Amino acid sequence: MLRRTTSSRKPILVVGGAAALLLFACGPYFMNGYNIFQLTMLMSYAIALLGIVVLTGYCGQFSLGQGAFFGFGAYVAAVLIGKASLHYLLVLPVAAAASFVVGALVSLPAIRLKGIYLALTTFGLAVAFPQLLKHPGLEAVTGGVLGLTVSLPQPPEFLGVTQDHWLFLVSLVTTVIAFAVTAGLLRGRVGRAFIAISDNPTASVAMGVSLQHYKMLAFAFSSMLTGVAGAISALAVRYVAPDSFSMFLSVTLLVGAVVGGVKSVWGVIFGALFMLYVPNIANQISEAAPWAVYGAALILVVTFIPDGIASLFDRFIGRRRNAAAEPTGVYAPSGVK
Amino acid sequence: MGEFLNQVLAGVANGGIYASLALALVMIYQATQHINFAQGEMATLSTFGAWFLFDAGMPYWVVFALTVFGSFIMGALVERLVVKPVGTASPFAFIAVTVGLLMIANSASHWVGGGDIREFPSPFPGWLGSRYLSAHETGTILVTMIVLVALLTFLKRTPFGLAMRAAAQNPVSSGFVGIRVGLMLTIGWGISAAIGAIAGMMVAPIAFLEPNMMGSILLYAFAGALLGGINNPTGAVIGSFAVGIFENLLGVYVTGSELKLTSALCLIVILLILRPSGLFGKAAVSRV
Repeated sequence: MLRRTTSSRKPILVVGGAAALLLFACGPYFMNGYNIFQLTMLMSYAIALLGIVVLTGYCGQFSLGQGAFFGFGAYVAAVLIGKASLHYLLVLPVAAAASFVVGALVSLPAIRLKGIYLALTTFGLAVAFPQLLKHPGLEAVTGGVLGLTVSLPQPPEFLGVTQDHWLFLVSLVTTVIAFAVTAGLLRGRVGRAFIAISDNPTASVAMGVSLQHYKMLAFAFSSMLTGVAGAISALAVRYVAPDSFSMFLSVTLLVGAVVGGVKSVWGVIFGALFMLYVPNIANQISEAAPWAVYGAALILVVTFIPDGIASLFDRFIGRRRNAAAEPTGVYAPSGVK
Repeated sequence: MGEFLNQVLAGVANGGIYASLALALVMIYQATQHINFAQGEMATLSTFGAWFLFDAGMPYWVVFALTVFGSFIMGALVERLVVKPVGTASPFAFIAVTVGLLMIANSASHWVGGGDIREFPSPFPGWLGSRYLSAHETGTILVTMIVLVALLTFLKRTPFGLAMRAAAQNPVSSGFVGIRVGLMLTIGWGISAAIGAIAGMMVAPIAFLEPNMMGSILLYAFAGALLGGINNPTGAVIGSFAVGIFENLLGVYVTGSELKLTSALCLIVILLILRPSGLFGKAAVSRV
């Protein structure tokens, strides 16, 4: 599950990744506003999917309610900018902190539920969330059915970039931080504890891994990532409304995560690309088609490539590595000449 | 007091609707030990099928029979073609597949029905109605009771029903004693889709027929099934009535109608934590 590429290939991957990132970062200089907006949404989706990788892929907790966390982050950002006129560079960290706390609170009942019951409860959360946003008692804050408009941040003048481009840069920095922190977390003790809980909870407890502690952390961390993604999307779309965060958003995020590979940190890029481009293509067939395409993709991927597109790449790299394989690692007869 | 009684009976009427869908959920749970998130959307799709048969001018009960039979075939085909290849080893894969089915069924309903809201006929004669419950509401409760009795008879009194429960609870041992486990799963999906179709045809005259008709009803049906015990048909029906009454009284007297779904969610969470097997269900014992 947690595979590290061998040290000989690592520099190639690092250099290739850095080059791709640089290319991506320079993209907006050659694009119009709409394409820059799309790239920003791509990063938002990728961060949200990262939340599912942590929670479902590593820790083994099914959530069908990620759309609610996404919506929470989006509303926090919209309210902070619109009502509290907070400086927009502070909006993302505050949204992250608020989502972390909400995720921890949601985890209190959720860590007592298993498998399908957790899926059922989070499904309920996704169904009930828009109704909660529309509640008259909250209308002064959430804007009720009409939602809130979000003004886009003004870029600092010395950069000489457009608003869209500035938001893109802010999102890019956020995305890099999110990936680095998540990859670091999953590679270490916490990531191993998550995998242990997912593989065999009973044995993990026997080994001294606290289920409550780590499940709570997984929920809170996942909610934080998803909330930040929601905040970015609120800034990019410049508008939040209750029905944007319906049960279908949660389902869409699930599809993205499964298509990319629910156990792969880098797979979320494929999932985000799928979420961004496939509905547009399917929309040209018929208005109802995107859902059918999503549903069919979900079923096909689960049936035929359960670990998503990322596993195809892993397999490809793995085979090439094995071709020149030498015995390495703990089973290598070291020192025997 | 008269007002209170009115509200209780309005809750009973809603409960009848939830109960009909809850029975479909219980059936699939009896056959597979899983939850089908697509149950509501598959029922909506069946109901659209029925609407087109009415449109072609067929009488109600002919359409009813055709829809129930057609939905049985649809459910069985879905199991054979979509669910079976995935296998039930991983709960995540099963959940993902039923969520995928939910999207496909919803999309198909949009495709055949468009966004229009359609009226759907009710078969029940006016004399069934009373001061408190309309004819259709009384009829829905009656139909739900008939389905419940039929389901109980099938599951508890026939060798076939026994085989089906055995196949779900212990597939390996059931195979050893000669039960065709795969066939049982297929038929279980078929029956549950047929019950769902009945639920859809009972809901549509009240909620109007549109692709998202079952969205929130599914949540209430889950709550009802969990309250009564998802492995107990009688419990699930009683639970659904309780949820209908609870939801209506809470909406009228305490929280206002805007928090109905949230109260259903809270009920589900509290139930799952305090009494996961439901009020009338048997606690599952698992070996670790």
